[in-house]
Amino acid sequence: MTKPRVAIFDFACCEGCQLQIVNMEEEILDLLTLVQPVEWREAMSDQSEEYDIAIVEGSITRPQDEEKLKTIRSRAKILVALGACATMGGVNKLKNNFEMDEVRSCVYGKDGTMPHLNTMPTKALDEVVKVDLKIHGCPINNKEFAYIVKCLATGKQPVIPSYPVCVECKQRGNVCRYEYNEVCLGPVTRAGCNAICPSAGSWCFGCRGYVDDPNVQAAREVMEHYGKTMDDLKSRLLLFGSKQEQTNG
Amino acid sequence: MASKLDINVHHVTRVEGHGNIVVRASDGRVERVEWQVPEAPRFFEAMVRGRSYEDIQTIVSRICGICSVTHSFAAIKAIEDAMGLQVSEQVDKIRMLLHYSEQLESHALHVGYLVAPDLLGQKSVVPLVASHPDVVKTVIKLHRTGNQWMEDLGGRMTHPITIKPGGLSKLPTEAYLRELKATLTGIVPDLKTLASVVLSLAGKLPAFERPTEYVGLVQPGHYSFYHGDIGTTDGKPLPVGQFEAAVNEYVSPQSTAKWCKWHRDAYMVGALARYNLNADNLHPLAKETAKLFNLKKGCTNPYMNSVAQVIESVQVVEDSLLIIDDLLTRGIKPETLKVTPREGEGAGAVEAPRGILFHRYSFDKKGNCVKANCCIPTNQNHANIQKDFEALVPQIMDRGQDEVRLLMEMLVRAYDPCISCSTHYLNVDFV
Repeated sequence: MTKPRVAIFDFACCEGCQLQIVNMEEEILDLLTLVQPVEWREAMSDQSEEYDIAIVEGSITRPQDEEKLKTIRSRAKILVALGACATMGGVNKLKNNFEMDEVRSCVYGKDGTMPHLNTMPTKALDEVVKVDLKIHGCPINNKEFAYIVKCLATGKQPVIPSYPVCVECKQRGNVCRYEYNEVCLGPVTRAGCNAICPSAGSWCFGCRGYVDDPNVQAAREVMEHYGKTMDDLKSRLLLFGSKQEQTNG
Repeated sequence: MASKLDINVHHVTRVEGHGNIVVRASDGRVERVEWQVPEAPRFFEAMVRGRSYEDIQTIVSRICGICSVTHSFAAIKAIEDAMGLQVSEQVDKIRMLLHYSEQLESHALHVGYLVAPDLLGQKSVVPLVASHPDVVKTVIKLHRTGNQWMEDLGGRMTHPITIKPGGLSKLPTEAYLRELKATLTGIVPDLKTLASVVLSLAGKLPAFERPTEYVGLVQPGHYSFYHGDIGTTDGKPLPVGQFEAAVNEYVSPQSTAKWCKWHRDAYMVGALARYNLNADNLHPLAKETAKLFNLKKGCTNPYMNSVAQVIESVQVVEDSLLIIDDLLTRGIKPETLKVTPREGEGAGAVEAPRGILFHRYSFDKKGNCVKANCCIPTNQNHANIQKDFEALVPQIMDRGQDEVRLLMEMLVRAYDPCISCSTHYLNVDFV
């Protein structure tokens, strides 16, 4: 059996998700027994136009990037969105709360009108092309990445948690962040991170996006019980782009 | 033979982010040499407006994956400056310890995974696994140690969780600090191995000199990464609160990218700049390592930035061991995190592995951000890379297209550029 050829690309992002792949160190070698990397600019000098699986980090913020993503889509059998920027726009979607002209002049002053500084409202990958699989998180969890790549290489369908972060948080025996008077997104956010933020003494930022069918009523009750408003929740939901649409996969 | 060069490297590989090199030369004359950055701009300074001071660190950490700890600290220091918050000495020391983990992790990644393949004639680290397994093993060990250390103190590798305005959301235990001390003591031989490997290859680093201005944090008596004023080899230091007067951002007539300059037409930040400012304050083992390479304070070869990173890897481990001893002597005392936001403006500076980083924020009385400005190390280096190119290409142009291309790519890599970082506000459109 020939190994599927994998290419990794990135658009507007911090490349932190690719860094998680690098951080696997020698475990990458295990994956290399299953797949053949043909392009990965951050780590290799090779470039290729032929690949089976495209793994794409980042969100789309320019018309030319939209075209490039469509080309990648047309060449790949499977397209995987890597990390929050790709799956739901990530922090880049905060820009969409402003007018684009205003964003440009805010950062560049009078130079903001120059044509090369053109920018458009941020899009997640699936707002431009069909996405076959999403690897959630900001950054991704590299164990989940390895699991998903292994599934793809062997033709299996990966199982991604469809329950909220609160489940994992309780399993770890953490005290609920609401007890600390914080607004935590655990009740509506997809698990799979092992409640990493609450376990480090912080609230959940919702970087893995909405869980399937988020229980909004339960979230409302939690907020009321702790004297918080839905606006508090929505403000934090903005951070990783969750407010714009509920993700389904 | 008349030299003719036509180099168009569309996206230099093995760097963080997208950068292009364009060279045109014929009849021995250089017509065009350009360092270009086509990364998509992300407008962070606009995006953070309206967000709570509690969430700023979380957002701006995402400016860059590989410098996320440094971005978090620059933001937190600016927020604490704006709100008049003082942290305990204990928190300050633990933060420095966390900050050092990123220096080790990033330097090991850069020297081992991104630069070493050039020196060993390979296109990536993967073939080195077979050809130089011991080297790769050492690099992996150092990189993993830095990452694990970052995760233990920051809550995660990349985009730390524990860094909060006014303190830390989780303090390490004394048992953990003892464990970390043993780990860091244990990697000293690996650091020596890395140094000897780089030393054996150092002859392949081009002998190219171009004097420039070097800028970085300075703190009397210290080789500083976290505290201090803005130091320069060309004049007197400036307080961090006046960083705009040091960076002097401008639009270059030959490029639409914003660049920086201070006393000259360009300056360099990063390991070599820190070394040129602070080498006298290195700890003994780091000093010994510097001697191996005969790296003198005042070195003007930008390719030696990678060597300075090796020396700094030793320095941060030595300094961390001193911090751990100090923390253990005093004992870890529990702290509660409580902040009342207030209106104000503040600035913060820390050294990213690739150079000095500045953040400034203003907040309204509820603690929501009304204005932000970030000045990123790679941005500060862009003009210096361009000036190096202009000096380098005429010296090497008779060596043929492939070698010129390689030496230029190696020069870009030597700066350890972090282009995602720098393009929160810079972009050039190319066809």
